[in-house]
Amino acid sequence: MIDIQNVSSVFDTPDGQLTAVDDVSLHVPEGSIQGIIGFSGAGKSTLLRTMNLLERPRSGRVIIDGTDLLGLDVHQLRTARHGIGMVFQHFNLLNNLTVQKNVELSLKFAGVGRTERRRAAAEALDIVDLADKAGSYPAQLSGGQKQRVGIARALATQPRVLLCDEPTSAVDPRTTASVLQYLSDVNARLGITLVIVTHEMNVIKAIADNVAVMEDGRVVERFDLTALQNPGFVPATPIGRYLITDDIELDRRPRANTVAPADAARYSRV
Amino acid sequence: MFDRLIELWPEIVLALAQTGTMLIVSIPLAILLGTPLGILLYGIGPTGLHHRPRLHRVLDGTVNVIRSFPFLILLIAIIPITRFIVGSSIGTAAVIVPLTINAIPYFARFVEQNLSQLDGGVVEAARSMGASRGQIIRDVLLVEARPALVTSITIMTVSFISYSAMAGLVGGGGIGDFAIRYGYYRYETDIMIAAIVLLVVIVQIVQVSGSRLSRSLDKRL
Ligand SMILES: Nc1ncnc2c1ncn2[C@@H]1O[C@H](COP(=O)(O)OP(=O)(O)O)[C@@H](O)[C@H]1O
Ligand SMILES: [Mg+2]
Repeated sequence: MIDIQNVSSVFDTPDGQLTAVDDVSLHVPEGSIQGIIGFSGAGKSTLLRTMNLLERPRSGRVIIDGTDLLGLDVHQLRTARHGIGMVFQHFNLLNNLTVQKNVELSLKFAGVGRTERRRAAAEALDIVDLADKAGSYPAQLSGGQKQRVGIARALATQPRVLLCDEPTSAVDPRTTASVLQYLSDVNARLGITLVIVTHEMNVIKAIADNVAVMEDGRVVERFDLTALQNPGFVPATPIGRYLITDDIELDRRPRANTVAPADAARYSRV
Repeated sequence: MFDRLIELWPEIVLALAQTGTMLIVSIPLAILLGTPLGILLYGIGPTGLHHRPRLHRVLDGTVNVIRSFPFLILLIAIIPITRFIVGSSIGTAAVIVPLTINAIPYFARFVEQNLSQLDGGVVEAARSMGASRGQIIRDVLLVEARPALVTSITIMTVSFISYSAMAGLVGGGGIGDFAIRYGYYRYETDIMIAAIVLLVVIVQIVQVSGSRLSRSLDKRL
């Protein structure tokens, strides 16, 4: 479904050229959920953004559903994008539009007429159980609800692929589970291929079929999530090993066992 | 004083009508022409969708030049242009030309600033949805900037009520000119004060209704 071939993405910065994605190849089978994990600055977002050409790679090929995106003209690319939904960490909803109008926006851009827009948007809102919020404005919703609107907006045009950039990084842990549940349902019920970028291994463990580990613009390791069921499984790279253990390890110093009286007084006042 | 006010009432009404005419023509014209100019400035600027550094510099500079002209000087400097457009260089219609010429870059700057202050995420989302440039401007940028644009129009209207007071210089009349004529030239201070009170009331009405409209359009809560 998604075929990334030797993609490199380079930014011109004041300090010279920065290779954000360095010769990455990735194949995502139709109907699967691909996770991309790595630390901040690893190039995950840039790689994801090449999948709908929000970022044009300097070299390589980006093939979605059999179409080489780099071979399309402006109009053809816009049409292709109607079939590739995107979900953002900070939702990117329009504050001055109702939930209904926000979802209709993707349909409007796809050239869908007014009545059909209304119907399709209502249907998409139904999938994320937000039909009752159609008339609300984003500011009246919780983070999790905003993200579900973002998902509905992306789904409304019936895409075959959904690209999610840190979809749960701006919501609390309990909401994370709910957002992931909706994404998982979308994958299972509608057969939409998902790519999920995250820096949290528990997100990957919860939802992905396969994961690619990124570091310094390169995919340094990839594995199938079923591998984790084998207790003897050890990732090949240090970063892979680090990421699959969720434990935070600190170098804890022995604790000084007294608090100076002056400090104690200061604390007690607060 | 009241007798004198009643005596001058027809003149006051005429002056109000003149101020009204100046604003009702120049402000909408400035919005109509300043909006596309502002969108262009934003679009070809550093954060725009179509960065064109050289063209941006030229346009940016032109806007600054027109904006830095004191209104009084602009009023006189463009008399030939005014005469060409309205056929005369004196009277209310003649003031509308310099007012509009001053207001277009003034409003364009507001539009540019309001657009560049928006969160880039919504533009990114629109691009991912396959929106064209026109759709991004119409359905995303202008929608999100609406409350700020209303505030800008309010500020511009208030400033131009005060600019329009200089209209007397070219026989344009208006309530500001009325205040100057009676207060400054004829020493009828109380008449001048009455005219100023009237101006203050007009400014208040514009300001309050502008703020209220802007707030009702703003759904960020
Ligand atoms: N538009 C840009 N201009 C310049 N540098 C960028 C741009 N976008 C990303 N980068 C740089 O590319 C690298 C990868 O960024 P990104 O893909 O956002 O990483 P991640 O999503 O893994 O945190 C970072 O060093 C970042 O600073
Ligand atoms: Mg990122």
